[in-house]
Amino acid sequence: MVDLIKRAKELIETSVVKVLIGYEQGTANKTRALFVEKADDADRLIFDSRCVQNLAAYVTKKEVKEKGKMAIAATLPVMRSIIQLASEFQVNDNNLLVLGITPESKLIEFANLVEVETFVHKYEIEIDARNKEMLDKLEKMTQAERWKFWMDELSPCFKCYACRAACPMCYCSRCTVDFNQPQWIPVPSHELGNLEWHIMRAIHLTGRCIDCDACYNACPLSIPINLLTKKMLADAKEHFGAYQPSLKGDHLMSTYKPDDKENFIQ
Amino acid sequence: MAEFEPKIVAFVCNWCTYAGADLTGTSRIKYASNVRIIRFPCTGRIDYMLLLKAFDEGADGIIVSGCHPNDCHYTSGNFHARRRWIMFRSLCDFTGINTERIKFSWVSAAEGAKWAAIVNATVTSIRELGPYTEYKKVAKYPEKEVTHG
Repeated sequence: MVDLIKRAKELIETSVVKVLIGYEQGTANKTRALFVEKADDADRLIFDSRCVQNLAAYVTKKEVKEKGKMAIAATLPVMRSIIQLASEFQVNDNNLLVLGITPESKLIEFANLVEVETFVHKYEIEIDARNKEMLDKLEKMTQAERWKFWMDELSPCFKCYACRAACPMCYCSRCTVDFNQPQWIPVPSHELGNLEWHIMRAIHLTGRCIDCDACYNACPLSIPINLLTKKMLADAKEHFGAYQPSLKGDHLMSTYKPDDKENFIQ
Repeated sequence: MAEFEPKIVAFVCNWCTYAGADLTGTSRIKYASNVRIIRFPCTGRIDYMLLLKAFDEGADGIIVSGCHPNDCHYTSGNFHARRRWIMFRSLCDFTGINTERIKFSWVSAAEGAKWAAIVNATVTSIRELGPYTEYKKVAKYPEKEVTHG
């Protein structure tokens, strides 16, 4: 990514942006986020197939926003997240510059978020074959089998909230799970609280999740929690039509159609 | 052994179903007494977390009911609620929560008889399903697992 390093240096030196968010080599053959504030630091920037963390999670952070205008090295899922965040008034053209990395690993600099949106809309959000198979498998199970499946999968969860921290859409300054009056979600690592926490997470991400799998990648126990959001994505497509984050237009769950179809209300 | 009496929690909107249930009473229609009615300003206010909490607290079945589409006192509360129910119900089903135990309905203020019928039907079907032991088993964590000291 020589182009990226060169462009990052220019942007920082000319003070167009104050901080550039990208990836660098971390420990144990993993990559981690790099915040370039000095031109020299840009040499540490890398980009390869290991860079799966969703960097859009940082653009809503107060500590990063405070530095001034941000630039972000954004893969396709990151660009989708940015469009969703922009539609929720979390970022705008004044505080964010997007350096896109296309699926073919080419660098594109976008003049504004409208251009990012146009680019993002060229690609449909698709659930990958392996997860689709898993979803089908689960749907074919009986209700009791599914209950057992999730009880088994969720039982090791100790609510470290790595999934929440990794998710660009989980930017609330106070999450429902942190409330204790009333205590919506029991704190102990126990099936009940775990189930409620993951149901809550999936519902809050309905119509907002752009299927980047950051939550699953961040989970230290590799619990397939992304299946829940994938299911919501698939259902949203089925019930309310194609889903794409967009700058204009209503959010899936904050709007309605008088003729929304269901088959269970008596 | 005495027959199992299911506990049913009904989340209803103030303007239609609550008034409808009131009409059931003033019309002197007899219906099952298993239902505990909780009044909400609108179906749009019925948070999905409340439904989960009802199961936590030992409900065997849940009824969620409000104004018919286009009848909402606040114009669109029930339309928003309907979208939420569609997604929530499907997520519940996906996680293995028994969706047969959550009944959704539209009952207007004039439908006292429909309310009685829905409650009776729900009680009958929940009685057949039996107590919601699956959920109760996991919901009972404080008695079993929390230790002090």
